[in-house]
Amino acid sequence: MNVASAASPSAGQTAAEAIHVENLHKKFGELHVLKGVSLSARDGDVVAIIGGSGSGKSTLLRCINCLENPTSGIIRVNAEEIRLKADSHGNTVPADRRQIERIRSKLGMVFQNFNLWSHMTLIENVIEVPIHVLGVPRAEAITTAEALLARVGLAEKRDVYPAFMSGGQQQRGAIARALAIQPRVMLFDEPTSALDPELVGEVLKVIADLAREGRTMILVTHEMKFAREVATHVVFLRNGIVEEEGPPDQLFGAPKTEALKQFIRTVG
Amino acid sequence: MNVRTASLAEFAARSPWLQPHRILLMAVGVALVAAAAIFMRWDWLPNYYGLALQGIWRTVWILVVTCVLGIMLAVPLGLAQAAGPWWLAMPANAFCTVIRGTPLLLQLWLLYYGLGSLFPQFPWIRQSDLWPYLRQAWPYAVLSLTLSFAAYEGEVMRGAFAGVPKGQLEAARAYGMRPFTIFRRIWLPQALHRALPTLAGETVLQLKATPLVATITVIDIYAVASRVRQDTFIVYEPLLLLALIYLVISGIIILLFRKMEARIPVRLG
Repeated sequence: MNVASAASPSAGQTAAEAIHVENLHKKFGELHVLKGVSLSARDGDVVAIIGGSGSGKSTLLRCINCLENPTSGIIRVNAEEIRLKADSHGNTVPADRRQIERIRSKLGMVFQNFNLWSHMTLIENVIEVPIHVLGVPRAEAITTAEALLARVGLAEKRDVYPAFMSGGQQQRGAIARALAIQPRVMLFDEPTSALDPELVGEVLKVIADLAREGRTMILVTHEMKFAREVATHVVFLRNGIVEEEGPPDQLFGAPKTEALKQFIRTVG
Repeated sequence: MNVRTASLAEFAARSPWLQPHRILLMAVGVALVAAAAIFMRWDWLPNYYGLALQGIWRTVWILVVTCVLGIMLAVPLGLAQAAGPWWLAMPANAFCTVIRGTPLLLQLWLLYYGLGSLFPQFPWIRQSDLWPYLRQAWPYAVLSLTLSFAAYEGEVMRGAFAGVPKGQLEAARAYGMRPFTIFRRIWLPQALHRALPTLAGETVLQLKATPLVATITVIDIYAVASRVRQDTFIVYEPLLLLALIYLVISGIIILLFRKMEARIPVRLG
């Protein structure tokens, strides 16, 4: 499964910048989780964010679509900067709800705990956002959704409720739901961390397929081997700062910092 | 012949109804109904037939109207308590506490004898278009039963709203859903589905609260049974029939809720 070679045409300098994060800070009360993180993903890039527990990698991902409001910093999605303002409590919040909703509908988020809507069948989950956010006609949404379900290998689970599916099936369904909004960028927040070991492979395979076809992705993961195979760029976070970043072979093959060396020893 | 008896025995063995103890119980039941029909007095029935039907109809529509209006009030009451700012949550909580903490009969009488006797003192109310309704008893019955149902179900909905997993609401936000769409498409349907088993029981309780309206001159099915007793001095038969009628309505309510619950299968454990 050598995916890296297939994903290699990241096209570097010529592709447009899909995600741009600059000097991002995030505080939860007294806790300073992100201390000035910068990150960039061009079209076709697969950026893997790695790091220990509490390093701020999930927070970083969740700030990109403002599920967590950054304390300060610049976030640009498709060259559009998210406008932030201070609310009456002194917290930073999106200045324009419409803008953040529009930006979110371009980002396909996949959660650690799948978060499929439990009162809807799988196909209803997949067509929900296209119909009720993007205004796609129902028939068209269903056609697209069926194709997506077939792609993640869940065509026969179409009318099944999430509670009756395995974790791996639910996560593949959640990926189909995220793809249904035709996202500019896919965001994966530890997509395999909640799965039984024997179910991890089927989900990673779907993600690897997406990487292979040149989808722009930002991936928070604990699967080091997988990150090395699919990523075009790896970011190692430690204590809320980018400790080291670069191409996967360089990071995993010849880590420069002592922290990364130790991290690879303990995890890998 | 031999084949036929064998297949009959086989059928009997498989059918859940044709077991010996069931047959015995059914026989006892039939005997009881027959005894009630033969030995008790039912000659009053034809005279009160029309009135009884009217009473059933009145009981049913009071139940349906107060439950529907009550749940419509309960949703904002529950939402205010589960996720509202304090200046909404506090009054909602106070309303639920006061209504749930006082007897329904007291509320009914306070509204009917209190408001009902206050209103005629104001000429502008007596001259308003609403007066023909306000001078009748049923608006007060509907109002107090609605408020009571709203308070109890407001508390149920508070729990149901709070019980919807945060991750599912977060997923909706993450794909750019507007707050009202999230509420309409994700939060409310899941909260209602979670509350359904409780709501079924509460609706049956509401049915059994409806006889109270007879105390303020609304002629529901309970009032009809009392009327029969007063007119004819027959006590048991109307009460037995009354019990049967409430049982049947309860059964229908439970059946309807089961149907609604079954629309989304639930996996336990």
